[in-house]
Amino acid sequence: MTVMPAEGLFSLMWLLIALPLAGAAILLFTGRRSNSWGPYLGVLSVCASAVLGVLLLIEMMGLPTEERAITQVVYQWVFVGDFTVDLAFQLDQLSMVFILLITIVGSLIHIYSLGYMSHDPDKRKFFGYLNLFVAAMLLLVMANNYLLLYVGWEGVGLASYLLIGFWQHKRTAAAAAKKAFIINRIGDVGLSLAIMLMFVTFGSVTFSDVFGSATQASEGTLTAIGLLLLLAAAGKSAQFPLQAWLLDAMEGPTPVSALIHAATMVTAGVYLIARSNVIYNNAEWAAMAVIVVALITIFMGAIIGSAKDDIKKALAGSTMSQIGYMMLAVGLGPIGYVFAIFHLVTHGVFKAGLFLGAGSVMHGMDDNVNMRRYGALRSVMVITFITFMAGYLAIIGIPPFSGFWSKDEIIHAAFERGWFIGGAAVLAAGITGFYMTRMVAMTFFGKKRWESDVHPHESSAVMTIPLIILGLGSTFLGMALLFWGDIKSWLEPVVGYESEPTPLPTTAYIGITLIVVIAGALIGWISYARREVPVDAPSGNWLTRAARRDLYGDAVNHALVVAPTNYAARALVWCDARAIDGFVNGSAAVVGGLSGRLRRTQSGFIRSYALSMVGGAVLVLLALLLVRI
Amino acid sequence: MNTFTAPEIDYVAISPILIVGIAALLSVLAETFLPRFLRRQIQLMLTFFSLIGAFIVLVINHNLRTITVGGAVAIDGPGVVLMGTILLLSLLSAFLIAERSLDSLGDAFAPSASALPGSVDEREFSARGYFQTEVWTLFLFAVFGMLVFVVANDLLFMFVALEVMSLPLYLMVGMARRRRLLSQEASLKYFVLGAFSSAFFIFGAGLVYGFAGSISLPVIHDSLASTTSETLLIVIGMAMLLVGLFFKVGAVPFHQWTPDVYQGAPTPITAFMGATVKVAAFGAMMRLLYVAFSGIQWDWEVILWTVAILSMLVGSLIALTQSDVKRMLAYSAVAQSGFILVGVVAASPAGIAAVMFYLIAYGVVTVGTLAVISMVRDSSGEATHLSKWAGLGKKSPVLGAVMATFMLSLAGIPLTSGFVIKFGVFAAAIAEGDTWLVIAAVIASIIAAFFYVRVIVVMFFSAPNENTASVAIPSILTTITVAATATTTLVLGIIPQPLLDLLSNAGIFIR
Repeated sequence: MTVMPAEGLFSLMWLLIALPLAGAAILLFTGRRSNSWGPYLGVLSVCASAVLGVLLLIEMMGLPTEERAITQVVYQWVFVGDFTVDLAFQLDQLSMVFILLITIVGSLIHIYSLGYMSHDPDKRKFFGYLNLFVAAMLLLVMANNYLLLYVGWEGVGLASYLLIGFWQHKRTAAAAAKKAFIINRIGDVGLSLAIMLMFVTFGSVTFSDVFGSATQASEGTLTAIGLLLLLAAAGKSAQFPLQAWLLDAMEGPTPVSALIHAATMVTAGVYLIARSNVIYNNAEWAAMAVIVVALITIFMGAIIGSAKDDIKKALAGSTMSQIGYMMLAVGLGPIGYVFAIFHLVTHGVFKAGLFLGAGSVMHGMDDNVNMRRYGALRSVMVITFITFMAGYLAIIGIPPFSGFWSKDEIIHAAFERGWFIGGAAVLAAGITGFYMTRMVAMTFFGKKRWESDVHPHESSAVMTIPLIILGLGSTFLGMALLFWGDIKSWLEPVVGYESEPTPLPTTAYIGITLIVVIAGALIGWISYARREVPVDAPSGNWLTRAARRDLYGDAVNHALVVAPTNYAARALVWCDARAIDGFVNGSAAVVGGLSGRLRRTQSGFIRSYALSMVGGAVLVLLALLLVRI
Repeated sequence: MNTFTAPEIDYVAISPILIVGIAALLSVLAETFLPRFLRRQIQLMLTFFSLIGAFIVLVINHNLRTITVGGAVAIDGPGVVLMGTILLLSLLSAFLIAERSLDSLGDAFAPSASALPGSVDEREFSARGYFQTEVWTLFLFAVFGMLVFVVANDLLFMFVALEVMSLPLYLMVGMARRRRLLSQEASLKYFVLGAFSSAFFIFGAGLVYGFAGSISLPVIHDSLASTTSETLLIVIGMAMLLVGLFFKVGAVPFHQWTPDVYQGAPTPITAFMGATVKVAAFGAMMRLLYVAFSGIQWDWEVILWTVAILSMLVGSLIALTQSDVKRMLAYSAVAQSGFILVGVVAASPAGIAAVMFYLIAYGVVTVGTLAVISMVRDSSGEATHLSKWAGLGKKSPVLGAVMATFMLSLAGIPLTSGFVIKFGVFAAAIAEGDTWLVIAAVIASIIAAFFYVRVIVVMFFSAPNENTASVAIPSILTTITVAATATTTLVLGIIPQPLLDLLSNAGIFIR
């Protein structure tokens, strides 16, 4: 694939990042002065980026396919010997898709936040952080080399940390932010090691150089790079075994959960692997590891989502599971890359809609997140209900809603690889049907189980309009992208696409999947809409109890990492106090004592000074004579 | 019959020296004939115009390489750099000397330095509000001497320059307005010991002349190269010359005057001599060793090794227990002389560049540090006892940050010039195989870090109490010096390459 220099409208592509970055800088540096107009500026900067993104899309569609990858070098960033890294952007079909997702969904969520955060005293800071996130995320997907991508990667991590802990006066929020940061750090180490390994192997970290010479590297090296990138992706995308932070991250404000922890940042891992497709295509075992991780996460997320009573945590479990689907698709290789990105986009839209819907519900229920205290909200919050239903039908994959098209393609691709993977994907789709039906039934149907002093109401227009737009997206985007946008041939030049034959016709797989999903939904409906939902959670079976505790993710982390680290730290503190401090303090005492003695030579008498000079001269002469003998 | 032929003099090449020298002479006339109310303005004009003018002329002719004045003056790359350094550091110090708004009594200098401390005369002069301006004449002569010292190419010329540089300094040290006894004691000590060291120098010159039959540095080199006889005589002579120079840079065991003089001298003078004398003396030392005595490098390496290690360790160790900021700085100066000697030992083009870089950056930090010290005051004048600095950084964050920058630079912490220069001399020494010397230097650096960082700790991590000094508001003069030195310290720490390139291009001492 040739990369063209940026000309015309494309030479403005840096503005995509610069606008939200400038917004963040203004909001964060001007302090209280911008309290009144700051949030609007924040919204404006992202909307401007979105408009520019759409214009760039139109411009790109006018170009012939082979000229759609465009690069812009801003300046030479690192130059050490013959190793150079440019601060350069690459705009191609893949990054275009992400840019549109980030800026458009980002704009909607910014607008929604105007309503959601209207009473928060730190609103300006919130919008500053959101802008910072958008800028960093755009940098991540527009970088033309891994080092710059890493900057964006860390940038979104920082923004995520700041926003999860936005209400840091709550201890749980502060702890959740720290947890997300630390677990992400493990993944980040993977990414930095991968970059170093690429530098050692290829002498460059630019995408075009690395992919151009990937086939010359040994498979072992490529597998190592692939596994390290997978570690990075697992951290950012909350995949097993680094999944534990995502559920706690729901402590952040709901728009944050929608934008960062559902629609965009958590999909960065999928982007990373799709972008590095050349490496995985040549490293079979690394790709297999991706599939294994994905399958485990799909089920973990689904099971956790089935047991949580906290609406946001249930959605977070679902996010894990859905990203698992995308990871599964990228693990499948060229038969899956395009569908991974396809599902990523549709999921970004419908999950953002679901989260914002949940936020709207919470807004009406005085920030209560316990679904056992909801019920029968469909008549009170009509718009929220309808848009949520669009998201619901999309995520469980009912035609013609958008999730159907993308998830069905992934399941079909999984069957192309083998019946086991395909079967697992179908089963998980059934569980999706169950837990999403459970959520909808507990929230909108059944009887009122509200707290006594709660008066639910529909949210204001600034919140419902984004909901409506996302609801429309949940409904039509899948069809639009597949039939009108032809996403397969759009992405194919970047990530490649091929298809393998399957034993059964395509319609058979669609049929099987639909049957399983509807069965799951029915079980959910019978359990939670037909029967009375108890206000206090019943103790449940062992699986429910395990799922409520995030399938013991924290316990495992504690046993495997936290406790040994604490022991090691204590041991080191002991060593430090006894051995090292002992040595240091001891030598300090010796040095201090020496200093005290030496200082007595400074008597203040000029005669002794002169004598010392004579002594010095004699010493110098003696040294000379000694050497000459 | 002897005929006298006047030596060829390249007036263009020595014009920076001439400008300062003529300004010094005019300054004598001004001091003698002008009425009191005009003197300060005229002296300031003479000083600043001559320093800046000399520097401009130097920059214009910076590519000139010549040996002139009958072989007595060598204008070469390092000579030009060293002269420029002396001029700039003198300029920075001149701002401090000119400062009059820090002390409620006026400037830092006694109205009549010859009056007995505590006498009726002194009280009367003070009461009349007299200011003296002789300091400028002395200052210009000292600068003039230093400029000659770094380009002097024969031993006698060098000696004369040494004295022209030193005599005004002895006097200036004794001119403090406050704590006059301390100041005069320091002046006397400095003078007696300085005379003693000059005796060593001239005696050494005599021995060298006895061996080589010439006082010209290149001729000494040639006679060493062609000799087949015993060289003990010239080696002893060289050692005595070095003793004279070691005294000037305050290297152990010839350092004992430094704490008394640093503490007793008026702070602007401490800044001036602390920065520029090192430049001049190390410049002369390098010229002496590299031009005249390169044939007996083995011998002087031993001396330099010994003195360097002693200076670094003794200086750092004694500084640990000092409680007076100026005395601590004096011992720090002793240790820093040791570090510079590490670079001198390297005796390579890289070493020359590293030493010159060291002298520039260290000079800047020294002037800056003492400028800050001159601003920290209580009712009795400057508050130099460390206990009075407690919490100063909290009371005056800007001043605290500047002082912290200087301390970090002296300790050699990265992103300040101090790291770059230490790295430079250590790298040069290792390249020449002096690894053990560098190991000693690193150990000394670790010890030294303690007392530099202690100043920061005292300033920022102790609570201010009733004894904490306050910061006097300086005029634009001191402000310029502090801002310029702090900025230079940071800039050289972050982007040292341009200056490093400049110094590397300066080349070596010519013969």
